[in-house]
Formats: sequence, C-alpha cells, structure tokens
Amino acid sequence: MTFLADVATLARKDLRLELRARDTLPAMLLFVVSTLVVFRFALPEGADDVAAQGADDVAAQGLLWVALVFTALLGLARAWAPEREGGALEGLVLAPTDRSAIWLGKSAAVFIFLCALDAVALPAFALFFAPVNLSTVAGVLLANLGICAIGTLLAAMAAASRTRELILPLLFLPLAIPLVVGGVGASVSAEPARFLAFLGLYDGVFAILCWASFEYVVSE
Amino acid sequence: MSGGEKYLAAAYTVIFVTVLVYVAIIAAKLSRLERETAELAGLAQERRPDRG
Amino acid sequence: MSTSSLNRSGFGSPVPLLAVLASGLVGIALALVFFVAPEDADQGLSQKIFYFHVPIALTAYACFGWGAFKALLLLWRKEERYDLESYVAVHQGTIFGALTLATGSIWAKASWGHWWLWSENQLVLFLVLFLFYSAYFMLRFSIEEGPRRANISAVYALFGIALVPVSFLAIRLAENVIHPTVFTREGPQMTGTMFFTFCVAWVAISALAYALYRLELLGKRLDSNLRELREALSS
Repeated sequence: MTFLADVATLARKDLRLELRARDTLPAMLLFVVSTLVVFRFALPEGADDVAAQGADDVAAQGLLWVALVFTALLGLARAWAPEREGGALEGLVLAPTDRSAIWLGKSAAVFIFLCALDAVALPAFALFFAPVNLSTVAGVLLANLGICAIGTLLAAMAAASRTRELILPLLFLPLAIPLVVGGVGASVSAEPARFLAFLGLYDGVFAILCWASFEYVVSE
Repeated sequence: MSGGEKYLAAAYTVIFVTVLVYVAIIAAKLSRLERETAELAGLAQERRPDRG
Repeated sequence: MSTSSLNRSGFGSPVPLLAVLASGLVGIALALVFFVAPEDADQGLSQKIFYFHVPIALTAYACFGWGAFKALLLLWRKEERYDLESYVAVHQGTIFGALTLATGSIWAKASWGHWWLWSENQLVLFLVLFLFYSAYFMLRFSIEEGPRRANISAVYALFGIALVPVSFLAIRLAENVIHPTVFTREGPQMTGTMFFTFCVAWVAISALAYALYRLELLGKRLDSNLRELREALSS
C-alpha cells in the first residue's frame, strides 16, 4: 500500500536527517535533565520523615510529566524545521501522496524522538526523585502517541503563523492537559488501568481528527 | 445586605456590565462604519458628480 | 463577493427583532428569578445565581458547538461565509465562557467560601476550554487573512469541540465531584417552579446569545462589504 510506504519513507527521512545533524535530540535530552535538576531545587526540602518522603514521591511524579511535556514542546518547535528551511513543505504538499501521509510520517519520527527522550528522562527521574513503575512507562508511551499526533499538526499550524515559536505552546498546552491528567493518574493511582484506557481514548480520538484534518492545515 | 445577597448582586452585575460593555463596543464600531460610509459616499460623488 | 445577510431577504436584518425578543425573555426570566422562584433551603439567596450561571455555561458550549459546525461546513463546502460565522460563534462562546468562570467563581465563593476550587469539575473544564479558545484568537490573528487562515481556524475549532468531552472525562477521572448535582439521573432536584424558572432563563440566555451572534455577524459583514466598496471606488 503506497500510503504506508510513503509514511515509512518520510519517517525514515526525518530520522536520517536528525542522525546526521544531531541538533534537536541532544538538546532535548539535555533540557529534560536540566529541568529535572531545577525541579529538585524548586521543591522545598521535606523533613527527614518517612511519611513526608512518601508524599514527596507522589508529588514528584507530577514533575516528571511537566518535564516531559515541556521538553516535547521544545522538540516539536523544531519538527517542521527541515521542511521550512528547505522550502520542502510546499513540495511535499504538491507531491501525489496523501497529505495525511506527511502528517503520519512526521508523527512517527517525532514518536521515536520522544521514546529516545524517555529512555534518558525516566532513568534520570528515577535517579533524582522516585522509582518509576510499569504503569508510568505505559502511560508515557501512550502519552507520546498523543503528543506526537497533535503536536505535529499544531506545529504545522504554528508554521503558518507569524508568531511561530510563541504560539505553539499556547496551542499545545490546553490540549496536553488531559494527557497530563491521564499520565499522572496512571503513575500514582491504585487503578492505573482507567487512566491508561483514557489515554488510549484520547490518542484514538485525536489521531483520527489529525489524520482527517491535516490536509486542510497545509493546503490553501 | 447579607453575604449571600451581596454575591447574588455581584453575579448579576457582572452579567449586566458584560452585556453593556459589548453593546458599547458594537456602538463604537457602528459609528466608525458610519464615518466610513460617509467617506465612501463622498468618494462615489467625486467619481460621478452629475448624479446627485 | 460573499453573500451577506444584508441582501438575502427583502425584509432586512432579523437582528432588531431578535434583540427585542431576547430583551423580553431576559426580562421575564429576571422577574421569575427574583419574584417567583422560591428561596433555596440550603444555600439561601445566593442559589439564585444558578439560574443564570448554568444557562450561560450551556450556551457557551452551544456556541462552541455551533462554531465547530460552521467550521465543518467551511471545510466541506468551502464557502467563505462559514469562516466568519464560525469565528463569531467561537467569539460568543469565549465571552460566555468568561462569564461562566466569573459567575461560577462568585457562586463558589458564596457557597463554599473560596473564589476558586480545583475540585469544581465544571469550573476547571471551562478554564481549560477558555485557555484553548483564547489561543484560537491568537492563532487567527497571527495568520494572514485568506483561505489558509480560514482552514486552520476551522480545524482548530473542531479540535476544541473534541476537547470538551475528553477534558470532561479527564477532570472527572482526576477529582471528586462536589459541584451540586442539581440534575441527577432521576431528573432535576428542584421544585417545579424552580425548574420552570431555570428553563425560561435558559431560553432567554440562548436568545440573547443568538441575538448577539447575529448582531456581531452583521457588523463584520458590513465592515467587509465596505472594504470591498472602498477598493472598488479607489481603483
């Protein structure tokens, strides 16, 4: 099916570009670790009380999600940079490929970047704050799907705007709130399944919406 | 006025004032449109001065 | 040249009639709220905020839904007028949304003593939506006027309406519900008179929103027509 072939080609192109240029991903990795360190200093020192430690662990899970969301934003701001700098987006849009393939290819590449990010962020978090459990990892993966889906589309919208870098966070953050709720819930709740199911629902709804509407975002 | 009544009055006042502000903004826009129409009528007159 | 409401019917704009209707209904609703509806046993007089607060919230949702509907029509039929209609609807929704937050906050202070409560699901939902739709205007005004802007605004408006149930679910999952559940599955937990007052207020607020929507649309179409006229005259 040429649709999937196009998607794979586009995704591979982005990954290859990043492997050669090595500018976005290292920056994201450094950013997330720096952010976690800032959080460590931003948290008031709790008493050496076991109960307080437990509460700190739970509160700290939220910080992981804040760090992940804002680092993702950093990466998304650069998502369409190769196309913009080379003027390639117009070329892609004119190509006889399904426009949604452009979105899916880009999202797939962003998803891989996010997973690479998590491979560093989660161990760093476990080292600095509190251990990471399986439902957190599952939550992060599901949230990554949502982030790459809507983030790619919103970044394309922002690319059409005059205030590019400024507007992307404004567009992304309200839509990211349910993801954070789902993710933090999965991390701390006794019943993570509900939150994971919710994340799946979010991913499904918005992936379909993005897939259907991407064409209108990039065309006249 | 008791506490409850004060809040009730505050809520309805907020609604009332919001609608009034909206009306004021529309009124300002209308007067601007009126000025523009007059200006355009003048422009039209210049083009066809014979048609009163 | 876009079809405007100015030259569609021979009878002129329905806006004055709508405004009279809305004023009348709001007047009747106010009279009912303050003179007919019984006072609530638990919350006292401040409960009467609810008669306008909930209709305003529902109307905000309706405006966002209307905006999303017009956005869908734009993407589907590609007629220019849907862009303006969608924009004005989202604008109305945002105004009513801001009013929902204001009246909800006052009600929260009156009933529970705090100006803001994170446990108030409806308030939090409206905050998220308000943030989302405020970004709509920032997005719209940072893009050059034209079909690209219309399409992007339309897609964003559709995302907004998808966000409503998703956010609602999210907030429900995350917090306890202490919003007074006036409408439960068994039906409204109020007396007949209260329910009637509520319904009248709802119709009144809806009429008000629609009148304001048509009014704003009229103003914007007039603006756009005048601009085209100016271009035609100065060429």
